[in-house]
Amino acid sequence: MPAKRKTFGTKRQEMAHKADRLSKMKLCHFTKQEVERLLQLFKEFTKAITEEVKRGKEGIHRSAFRDILHRHFDMTDDVLMDKVFKAFDADNDGYISDEEWVIGMSVFLKGTLEEQSRFCFGVYALRGEDSYIHREEMFMLLKDCLVQHQQEEDAEEMQKDLVEITLKKLDMDHDGRLSIEDYHKAIKQEVLMMESLGPCLPNARCRDSFLEIIADDKNKQKC
Amino acid sequence: MGQALQRAAQWTSAKGGSGGKLEFTKLNEDLLNQVMNWVEGFGAKYPEESKLIFKSALTWKTSLRPENLTGGYQEKGEDMVSTQTSSKDNTPMLTLKKVASNDYSVSVMSLEFCENVLRMAGNQKLMEVRGCLEANRDPGAKMLGDRFATVEGDDNSIYRFIEEITKEIEQSAKQEGQEGQSDVEEKKLQLKLQLQINRLDQQLLQQSIQQITSEVRLTPATVDGEVNILQQLSGYDEDKNCLESCEYWGDGYVFQNGCRAQPWRQLHGDICYIQVKPHDTDVVYVTANTSGYYCNSGVDNSKPGELDYTKQGDSYRELVTLLKDKSPKFAEMIDKQEFALRAKEKDDALMIQKEAKRDGDDDEYSRERTQDHKVHKETTKDKDMKQKKTQKKKKLEPSLKWKALGMEEYKETDKEKKVVKKKQVPSRMKTRTPVDAEESFSESSSESEEEEEAVERRSETNADLPSEYWQIQKLVKYLKGGNQTATIIALCSMRDFNLAQETCQLAIRDVGGLEVLINLLDTDEIKCKIGSLKILKEISRNIQIRRAIADLGGLQTMVKILRDQDKDLKCLAAETIANVAKFRRARRTVRQHGGIKKLVGLLDCAPLTGQMTPELERDVQVARCGALALWSCSKSKKNKEAMRKAGAIPLLARLLKSTHEDMLIPVVGTLQECASEPSYRLAIRTEGMIEDLVKNLKSADPELQMHCASAIFKCAEEKETRDLVRQYGGLDPLVALLQQSDNKELLAAATGAIWKCAISTENVQRFQDLKAIDLLVGLLHDQPEEVLVNVVGALGELAKETPNRQQIRKAGGISPLVNLLTGTNQALLVNVTKAVGQCAEEQDNMVIIDRLDGVRLLWSLLKNQNPDVQASAAWAICPCIENAKDAGEMVRSFVGGLELIVSLLKSEHKEVLASVCAAIANIAKDEENLAVITDHGVVPMLARLTNTTDDKLRRHLAEAIARCCNWGNNRVAFGREGAVAPLVRYLKSSDENVHRSTARALFQLSKHPENCITMHEAGVVQPLMKMVGSEDEDLQEAAAGCIGNIRRLALANEKARYS
Repeated sequence: MPAKRKTFGTKRQEMAHKADRLSKMKLCHFTKQEVERLLQLFKEFTKAITEEVKRGKEGIHRSAFRDILHRHFDMTDDVLMDKVFKAFDADNDGYISDEEWVIGMSVFLKGTLEEQSRFCFGVYALRGEDSYIHREEMFMLLKDCLVQHQQEEDAEEMQKDLVEITLKKLDMDHDGRLSIEDYHKAIKQEVLMMESLGPCLPNARCRDSFLEIIADDKNKQKC
Repeated sequence: MGQALQRAAQWTSAKGGSGGKLEFTKLNEDLLNQVMNWVEGFGAKYPEESKLIFKSALTWKTSLRPENLTGGYQEKGEDMVSTQTSSKDNTPMLTLKKVASNDYSVSVMSLEFCENVLRMAGNQKLMEVRGCLEANRDPGAKMLGDRFATVEGDDNSIYRFIEEITKEIEQSAKQEGQEGQSDVEEKKLQLKLQLQINRLDQQLLQQSIQQITSEVRLTPATVDGEVNILQQLSGYDEDKNCLESCEYWGDGYVFQNGCRAQPWRQLHGDICYIQVKPHDTDVVYVTANTSGYYCNSGVDNSKPGELDYTKQGDSYRELVTLLKDKSPKFAEMIDKQEFALRAKEKDDALMIQKEAKRDGDDDEYSRERTQDHKVHKETTKDKDMKQKKTQKKKKLEPSLKWKALGMEEYKETDKEKKVVKKKQVPSRMKTRTPVDAEESFSESSSESEEEEEAVERRSETNADLPSEYWQIQKLVKYLKGGNQTATIIALCSMRDFNLAQETCQLAIRDVGGLEVLINLLDTDEIKCKIGSLKILKEISRNIQIRRAIADLGGLQTMVKILRDQDKDLKCLAAETIANVAKFRRARRTVRQHGGIKKLVGLLDCAPLTGQMTPELERDVQVARCGALALWSCSKSKKNKEAMRKAGAIPLLARLLKSTHEDMLIPVVGTLQECASEPSYRLAIRTEGMIEDLVKNLKSADPELQMHCASAIFKCAEEKETRDLVRQYGGLDPLVALLQQSDNKELLAAATGAIWKCAISTENVQRFQDLKAIDLLVGLLHDQPEEVLVNVVGALGELAKETPNRQQIRKAGGISPLVNLLTGTNQALLVNVTKAVGQCAEEQDNMVIIDRLDGVRLLWSLLKNQNPDVQASAAWAICPCIENAKDAGEMVRSFVGGLELIVSLLKSEHKEVLASVCAAIANIAKDEENLAVITDHGVVPMLARLTNTTDDKLRRHLAEAIARCCNWGNNRVAFGREGAVAPLVRYLKSSDENVHRSTARALFQLSKHPENCITMHEAGVVQPLMKMVGSEDEDLQEAAAGCIGNIRRLALANEKARYS
């Protein structure tokens, strides 16, 4: 296969070309250098999974992605990490391709308010961004939020109440379910509600350190 | 007396028997002494009662011998009897009976003879009293009959007796019988005596109680208790435990009476020995003796298992006090009260385990305890065999019960611990309060207006609580028990409540939400911090919430947040601080935790001009919030200082160039707050801020205008500033602001600025052009006092120019000004008197003032408490007298007026003295008035003031002296009062005005030859010679006149000598 026999130089060129293309996309908030660095990281993450590469499905597997989220972004909730994976995996093939990786990271790290709220909604919504989030789904997402006390019999009551409160805050058109429009509106009113159904974005510290990893490399290249 | 003898006196063991003796103790001795003193003084105080014959004689064995009896005694066989006998049965009042060959007993029938016995006994009298009381355990009963015997419990015989007497008096009144009369008289006497005895009894009891309470002895139980507590507090951690260890010394055997000391040592009163190891010193061996704790000499090396029991040092009532003295570290820990309780962490579950483990220990422990119980019983002195049997029984009981006992004990000690812990808290607070108080005094006085005392309003009963309360309570529950997601939802939901409403604010506090919100500030989650601060910012508008936030240590955390990266967070924290720091303690906290520096740091943002990116705009927001917080903080003097040191002034100057009102208001607010300090005023001028302040006077925002005017008001104390205000064209907008008659705050600030600016004559010119006087006079009606003070102040300054005085009259300002003289506001009165005084310089104005009786009003203000008002009124009186027609007549018409003004020469305030001197100088122009004030002693009072060094006072004083010389022999009087020599010294002053008036006074005084001599001796000639050459004609003339007088005297003297 000719692609496999590419020299280092051409490989680099190809990557640069790809980076150039990606960085010009509307959704991408990275500079070209940052994209290159991201792609390099992507390579590192996927290096181990040679089998998949052979089969032509290049990308980050679910568990590897979980690992990344855990290592770099301090995320611990397995359920949510899976959901974040799904949100990254735009074509739903179980792998995150290099393009999905860069675009996902762009929203994840540098997205605008609307992009991020769309992303969060996508994470929470079972059936994708175009569907609705219903009470029951919210309950599932929020049921572990309150520390359970054995002696408190009304634990479930409290959970349900919490869902009601959240719904009241988010459901702007009062139809008892959340649409993406509801979510956008609510976030515009109150930024703090961004991750209202569970943490799915990096916190400031992790975000900055990861951005530094990307930027750092750029500086090194400059030197 | 009976009660005291029964209860308080300590009888020897043969108690109950008739032959009981009083023990030789200090207590008894005091008791006897008091009884003795009572008897001895009785005859003198109550002669009738002392003659009252006893029902039966008091008899006791005495040390008196027949030969001791002198005066009025006769021999009767072997006995001696008094010649005086009782009127009833002719028994002698005193009988000295020979019982055995060398044994006498004495019987007395009245207190008078008791006294005699004591007198005759001489040195032995204490023994006599002792003997008497030992033989007569209840003297009252013997003296007054059995009905007055001391009985246990309620003693109401005296009341019955009173009834009886009154009844008999009534009866005898009916019968008019002589016999009954004397009976009643006697009964009355008896009653009186009984009352006296009762009183003595009470005194005795009281005294002995005082003594008994001070002599509490140690018991094994108390020792055990104290050692137990100390054991719980000891451990190896130096920071938490106050002692390393505290153990009983010895083999651990506990005797039945609870003592641990060996029986032969128990004889000495030893209870046990304690071995204490503090952190900082060697092991201390303490003996617990019934008399108290003291240190013994420690382990005796020669005899193993023995202590050297020799006492070292003082005895202490408590073990803790002893240890405090021995170990500084222990004292420190006890004072700090921050040690941990060793047994604190043992909870219920653990307790059972421990119980099992320490089985053996507990057995012994409980045994000790049961013995403690016994000790208690023993102290009640019930030494019954029965008790011992029960004790034995207990010992035979199975160990199960002991375990239960142990449990109980455990709980008990637990409780004890809690008590100890609770005690710590208040004492700690106590030690802190003085510091607080001290600090708070140092704060500036400008904050008197604030809400130091917030009324605490507690929520009423649950039934009245609004539904918000329950919802908020629920949300707080989620805050407490939720993860980050739930926390944020709860925070956001809480913000949907109307947080400006007091019910919601207080509900958050009452359900413990404040603690949670403040705790959230300490977390790492930015979102939680932001959410929490957003709520805190809103609710901290409430006074009570502010205090609660400060109490919970919220300020410290917020100050820390000021250093955070996140700008929103910084903004919110600064805004919340701005709200909370509205009271003094909070401002101090901010300063003490380095908040001022950080807040000043927030002011340092990018340039405000040029293009604004969103990022820059956020920087500006941060600076604005910083300025807001500083505005609140700048109400404390120390904070102003701290701000200056942190370099706030140049930063504020830069922000002042901003064009945004929401930025300018806090900045100017801070500046005007700080302008009370001279250092700031200087800086505001030199940093060129006046220009910006003037510029912003023209702003459209009344609040900003108000702060600018207020800043100028404060800064215009300095002449350079006033000039700058004029140069930048600030006077015009200030006058323009006078039309804002409905915004009183703005009006007050603007008129204040005008007042201060009008101090410069150039400014007065400009104000004249702007017709400020008409506007100001218009403001004399219907304005709050704050405005009036400034308006009148401004008029007073403007009236220094003649055309303005006329203008005020034309504008109809005189009448309202005079009316204001009847007010009570001190600041206003000072200004009004000044203004009226200025107006009175004009003849035409004076006519109006006189017509309105203004002078009388001014005169009555001399009676005001405030020396400033007094001085100002006296100054105002001067021109009034000068310019009024028939001034002398007018002054005389004020009843007591002249006396009042002379009496003010006793004032301690220089300004008052100077002004009164000036007024007196004017009054003295009228001869009749001068005569009156001379009668009121004005001469010696003025003479007494001559030693002053204050030039203003000197000037007016000399003037007054000069004028007062014109009556009678006042010149001579001044010389006699020693006023001349000090006046000569005035000539060395640097003030020309002083010279002039002094020369005048000296000229007047020199008309009396004696004074000339004094002056000459004081070296007056040389300085006067110089003054003859002065440009000032007045001075010239006076000096020359004075020298002339001196010269003339000399010539006359020579003439006399040669003729």
